[in-house]
Amino acid sequence: MVLWLDDRLGTATFARRSLRKAFPDHWSFMLGEIALYCFVLLVLTGTFLAFFYVASPREVVYQGPYEPLRGAEMSAAYESVLRLSFEVRAGLVMRQIHHWASLLFLAAITVHLLRIFFTGAFRRPREINWIVGVTLLLLGLAAGFTGYSLPDDLLSGTGVRIAYSILLSVPLIGTWAAFLAFGGEFPSAELLGRLYAMHIFLIPAAIGGAIAVHLALIWHQKHTQFRAPGRREETVVGSPLWPNYSMKAVGLALIVFGVLSLLGGLFQINPVWTYGPFDPTTVSSPAQPDWYLGWIEGALRLAPNWEIRTFGYRIPEPFFPGVLFPALFFAGVYLWPFIERRLTGDDHEHHLLDRPRDNPMRTGIGVAILTFAIVLTLAGSNDVLGSFLRIPVENVTRGLRVLVLVLPTLLGWVAYRVAGELRGREVSAGRYVVLTRTADGGFAEVHEHPRRDVARSEREPEEAARAERRAGRAERRARRALKRAERFLRRAKREERRAAQERDGTERPWKGRGER
Amino acid sequence: MRNRPEAPVALALICTILAGLGLAVVYWLGGQPQIEGALLAVALGGLGAALILWERRLMPQEQVEEEREIASSAEERAAAQAALERGGEEFGRRRFLARLLGAAAAALGLAALFPIRSLGRAPGLSLFRTAWRPGTIAVDENGVPVGAEQIAVGSVLTVFPQGHPGSADGQALLIRVEDGALRLPPDRLAGAPEGLVAYSKVCTHAGCPVGLYRAQTHQLLCPCHQSTFDVLSGAQPTFGPASRPLPQLPIEIGSDGLVRARGDFTEPVGPGFWEL
Repeated sequence: MVLWLDDRLGTATFARRSLRKAFPDHWSFMLGEIALYCFVLLVLTGTFLAFFYVASPREVVYQGPYEPLRGAEMSAAYESVLRLSFEVRAGLVMRQIHHWASLLFLAAITVHLLRIFFTGAFRRPREINWIVGVTLLLLGLAAGFTGYSLPDDLLSGTGVRIAYSILLSVPLIGTWAAFLAFGGEFPSAELLGRLYAMHIFLIPAAIGGAIAVHLALIWHQKHTQFRAPGRREETVVGSPLWPNYSMKAVGLALIVFGVLSLLGGLFQINPVWTYGPFDPTTVSSPAQPDWYLGWIEGALRLAPNWEIRTFGYRIPEPFFPGVLFPALFFAGVYLWPFIERRLTGDDHEHHLLDRPRDNPMRTGIGVAILTFAIVLTLAGSNDVLGSFLRIPVENVTRGLRVLVLVLPTLLGWVAYRVAGELRGREVSAGRYVVLTRTADGGFAEVHEHPRRDVARSEREPEEAARAERRAGRAERRARRALKRAERFLRRAKREERRAAQERDGTERPWKGRGER
Repeated sequence: MRNRPEAPVALALICTILAGLGLAVVYWLGGQPQIEGALLAVALGGLGAALILWERRLMPQEQVEEEREIASSAEERAAAQAALERGGEEFGRRRFLARLLGAAAAALGLAALFPIRSLGRAPGLSLFRTAWRPGTIAVDENGVPVGAEQIAVGSVLTVFPQGHPGSADGQALLIRVEDGALRLPPDRLAGAPEGLVAYSKVCTHAGCPVGLYRAQTHQLLCPCHQSTFDVLSGAQPTFGPASRPLPQLPIEIGSDGLVRARGDFTEPVGPGFWEL
């Protein structure tokens, strides 16, 4: 087999190098993988759904087995979703797994992005992959929205209508853009077919292509790693691709599939039959989009009712929270590696990661923006919050309008200070304490001062002044660590003896968990 | 377990086998979403757990270390630059053809843009007009004409222009308030006889149907983004993100008691746009 392939493709050289390639072990590097596996499952389940879905607005009268809607007028699209849910065997499970997978897909991308951000993994030479990744997030949002809208139910139809109004609000080209994108004034007969073509062809193809680039760049540039003894900028350490990493990766994929199957089987999601078919004259209340669009929904709800009228033209209210704000937001996210480079003046290659404390400015800004997005997402459910807290929704909105400005500033500042504080402590105490065994069986401490941190403490004399006070604390910490290490060593010796006995008896060529 | 490290792996694989067979049986018996999901989870999760346990417990845990080298050497860069320039010279030698090539590509690109126009018709006046004309009879969602006495004080009904029941832009809310309670300019008041007033049901913020009426406070509330409109003062926005009032539909009550329009809405309905 190897010979046959190598004769034709010359695969042996590639395989020799690739099978021993180093891949990461740290859990935080698995977040992007989870997103990838969600995408695989989305394609699989989505293909099944596509065999039954009908993208047609044609009016039909429901005659299926779901009693409450029998005799109701609805679109053929909505009817096909009901048929898929109630009549196609395993159809409901597939649909629910698909929906849960889409939610997890975007959640995994978002958390992956936060990990990359807070550890500085986007810095040179990985700016290109940052841009590809943010593009994947945008494509994921588009895939989510178009898919969510396909069932043509009352809830998603309301969402499409809001999207139409947002597009309509764009200055100069808004009306034409909305009419061309939606095939005329809302609601148009063309829309479902277009959403369908985008959802099952254009967007997944783009996502697939972007994933290919994303992975190719990771393959080529190799992964980043956290600072630890023995980790250097010049090399990369990890599990070999074959067999260790492959086993773990396929195993993780299957577990992600398993968890999503459990969610899809046991936890109801998007029960479109309770919302009813879309009707432009009614609306469900409360109406929230899927979680990943909550921040835009919240921005629409919190924004003041400002519009601009000049020279007989109008920029209506939804433009600012619905178009300008997300555009600026994503522009900022796209450009962050370059903004940060400008702020810090640091254009060096980095393969060792920061921890959040290592760059208080970045951490503070990140926490502030994250808080802003979370408050906006809460505001997207202000009516639900209001009825939950038994407060009039107007007061919830007023309160959130204040919070959305105050809370990010406050938490961002706190994060900045806490990160600075933690870093300062480490600068004075030494980044880590390394214990070495001496010849007579005792322990000795080795303090490591990474060059960068020493340079920082020179730049910041006040940190050096605080160092004195912290020295005592650091010493006590080191003593405790020493005691722990001694306990650990005693235990390890015990286990070693036991393992030796076992090996003598059974001769198993495996290594147990504890020895790693 | 200590003596049989492969036992958990085998156990996980057996779970997968059993759950897989179980899935086939459940499907054959007619299917049941909850059991399907749970069995699928066990089958997939078991296999995943087996692979991870196998790797963790039975395979040597080795670490590999690789050199990083990303940027090419200076010679490589120079060679690449030279190769690029050598190809580029071919175009430099035929300036005229190169320019024509550029023009041809541009013309083709331009031609490819035109089909975008086929995607939808021109907006024209469609956003400025609805199906309401002077004398149009107001009907309910089933197309039945609406009589003025149907609407009691404090109640509300969604009406449409006759011939267009369910119309998205023609939908209007017919509301009766206490006679004389409306605070409208005289020309607008003439279109609201006997405390009966009609407003567009399409929110001027993002186009949702303004579905909630609080009769006590005479407020219309849009459930999407909580824009609130005061019915008594011409549906002026009092809270939320909407900045324009809901357009009024001037109506009259005919001698037959039916509600008729005196014309189209006072302003274009629905969310704002550039040309408005």
